[in-house]
Amino acid sequence: MSEQILFKVTVDNITIEVPAGTTILQAARQIGGTVAPPAMCYYSKLKGSGGKCRTCLVEVSKGSEKDPRPMPKLVASCRTTVMDGMEVKNITSEKVIDARAGVVEFLLLNHPLDCPICDQAGECHLQDLSFEHGASNTRYEFQRRTFKKHDLGKHIQLHMTRCILCYRCVFTADELTNKRVHGILDRGDHAEIATHIEKSLDNEFIGNVIDVCPVGALTDKTFRFKNRVWFLKPMDAYRDCPTCSGRVTLWNRGDEVFRVTARKDEWGEIEDTPQGKPGWICNTCRFDKKQSSDWVIEGPRAISRQSVISQGHYAGNVGTHIPNETFAAINEGRAPHLLMDIHNESEVNQINIHLSENEGPSNGTTFNQNINNA
Amino acid sequence: MGVKLLLEKASVPGIRSYDVYRREGGYAAVEKALKEMSIEAIVEEVKKSGLRGRGGAGFPAGMKWSFIAKPEGVPRHLVCNADESEPGTFKDRYLMEFLPHLLIEGLIISSFALGSNDTYIYIRGEYAWVATILEEAILEATKNGWLGKNILGTGFDCMIHVHRGAGAYICGEETALIESLEGKRGNPRIKPPFPAIQGLWMRPTVVNNVETLAAIVPIIKMGGEEYAKIGVGRSTGTKLISACGNINKPGVYEIDMTISVEDFIYSDEYCGGIANGKKLKACIPGGSSVPILPANLLLKTAKGETRYMNYESLSDGGFATGSMMGSGGFIVLDEDQCIVKNTLTLARFYRHESCGQCSPCREGTGWMEKILQKIESGKGEMSDIDLLWDIQRKIEGNTICPLGDAAAWPVAAAIRHFRDEFEWHINHKELAQTSNFGLQHYADPIHVPA
Repeated sequence: MSEQILFKVTVDNITIEVPAGTTILQAARQIGGTVAPPAMCYYSKLKGSGGKCRTCLVEVSKGSEKDPRPMPKLVASCRTTVMDGMEVKNITSEKVIDARAGVVEFLLLNHPLDCPICDQAGECHLQDLSFEHGASNTRYEFQRRTFKKHDLGKHIQLHMTRCILCYRCVFTADELTNKRVHGILDRGDHAEIATHIEKSLDNEFIGNVIDVCPVGALTDKTFRFKNRVWFLKPMDAYRDCPTCSGRVTLWNRGDEVFRVTARKDEWGEIEDTPQGKPGWICNTCRFDKKQSSDWVIEGPRAISRQSVISQGHYAGNVGTHIPNETFAAINEGRAPHLLMDIHNESEVNQINIHLSENEGPSNGTTFNQNINNA
Repeated sequence: MGVKLLLEKASVPGIRSYDVYRREGGYAAVEKALKEMSIEAIVEEVKKSGLRGRGGAGFPAGMKWSFIAKPEGVPRHLVCNADESEPGTFKDRYLMEFLPHLLIEGLIISSFALGSNDTYIYIRGEYAWVATILEEAILEATKNGWLGKNILGTGFDCMIHVHRGAGAYICGEETALIESLEGKRGNPRIKPPFPAIQGLWMRPTVVNNVETLAAIVPIIKMGGEEYAKIGVGRSTGTKLISACGNINKPGVYEIDMTISVEDFIYSDEYCGGIANGKKLKACIPGGSSVPILPANLLLKTAKGETRYMNYESLSDGGFATGSMMGSGGFIVLDEDQCIVKNTLTLARFYRHESCGQCSPCREGTGWMEKILQKIESGKGEMSDIDLLWDIQRKIEGNTICPLGDAAAWPVAAAIRHFRDEFEWHINHKELAQTSNFGLQHYADPIHVPA
């Protein structure tokens, strides 16, 4: 075994060593946090994906140790491999922030913004992206393109109006299924995801296109309009499935299983099985096993505390410890991704005051006493 | 009369047929290259010639050839890019239509130099009759032993295949062309890897423009150094310019890149002046995607020097006051032409031709077209001009392939140089529907018709 070559790469002033051949995006994800550029079309489990949405553009301020010239244009971090000594600017670069705001605006141009009736709301990557990088209003004043809804088989509905043409589902259909009937028709702003012609997608693994879709263009017909995702409790579960790994996330309300998805990691991508293969799940697990008795529950699914899905439950599960350092100290001067720091906004939320220690309901008087005592 | 290297024999009757072409000294360059020269010597001659790619970007052809990877046991390919779809450019069509054997001759030499046994001509779908001409010419060349197995007894095998596109501008981008040639949807690939490493069927590939490959023939005949003496600076050799628009003599001209833009437009040898005794207002000097220039910046650079028809001089001043040589589509606009409408036409073209793969180009081109349509139809507001500027700025440089840039540049240049005309359109909504902004300050100051 030859020793793996490690490249040193610096993203937003944080240096990490990664094996040669790693992309900038993967290196940044290993650092994690705000350093990782957003990605709408790139999906590490799908070969050939990425490079299309342009949200992951970064500035390479130093090409490598050998050739320190900066790259002339912003590059797609998901498809650019690191070089030794490369220095990358993500959120520390004005150019990147500006270009990304532009990309978000372009992506939202023809998007219907029907989040209130969209099943993806709450776990939509485009929602997160526009919340973080987008403007609160649009400069577009023309009619948006619309499409009719199509049923792709009895379980999946395609709503092209919401689609951002990331091509993820095309790659999924291409790589997971052996008979390809799914692709892109037309070009430009009237291009659409389609089956030839309005055929149903009929394959044991085709349900995975729902999981890879970053927006609400491909939805699970067994779940459509049944519930909002943030009212559901995600639970890790498994079953002995003859066709797939059987490792899933159940979305429960009470005892009722509303939907079944594959397990997704913090980047919204499907987790690997313990055998190291992507944990795609089969249609039977996804659409047909909707009884709690079908599954062995492993426990609650850890959801990032920033996610809207975690609202209302799982207090104390993930990330509730309070850091002692200030954000600026941890992030080396980079601005934190917070709208406001609630600890500073109101004295009610001062971390050294424990409201639970009050007897009875708290009000201003008891609170002031508390401060004085503390 | 300037030097003519490519179109020297274009007016010989029957030059399209093999017999006449051969009698006029055709295929002598193939004989010289295959029998007397080594592969390295041919590449060296092309490098010495300083030949720059004639497709638009102007990248040195010899350098491009030297980048091709040569792994053991992997076939290499040469692809001729004949998907000439840039509005205003029709030089390759002329070349292929009248001198098909010249292209084939260049292709044989280049294939030999690059080690390509299967060479492809990817021709634009709309050029259906030209494809037939090429196919007939290839058949003639094969019959006479210039193509096929063991050419001239050198042991070199080469076959040229003609592949017709299906009408997509984007397939003129080299990686989209390769995808299309492979039978896939013509979406540009994400680079790297570059075609020289992984191109057609993941094999090392060189994609060259028709004119570039045809220019190999005179380079081999006269030698690279002699070729480099023609022209000026890094703009060596001759260039085909397809002139169109409001001029007296539209057509394809071969120039040696030392003449000035003024001479090119007004001399009787070339464009013959502006048609109908009008004045020159603006010009797009290199095909629709390069920045438009007003007459005063076209004839003289910002420093007041004479502008010449070559790569350096046309791009003098950058995009602020210059333009590009591009693919040589010289579009002349007279005083009656409306810049807003012209920009709308171009924006509509790019919206229609965007492949839809990456978001800035897919959404941005459509948005720009709609805003320009709004201004043109008398509903524009002042803020629309700044909005257009902002949109083009966010498209440029952020896309996978140069189509995004090509869509952004014409809009940017039109606003940069003709902002007052846009403002006039917005301030005089009803007048703008019936009359024209006219010449104003950017008019051609030199040639005032009597």
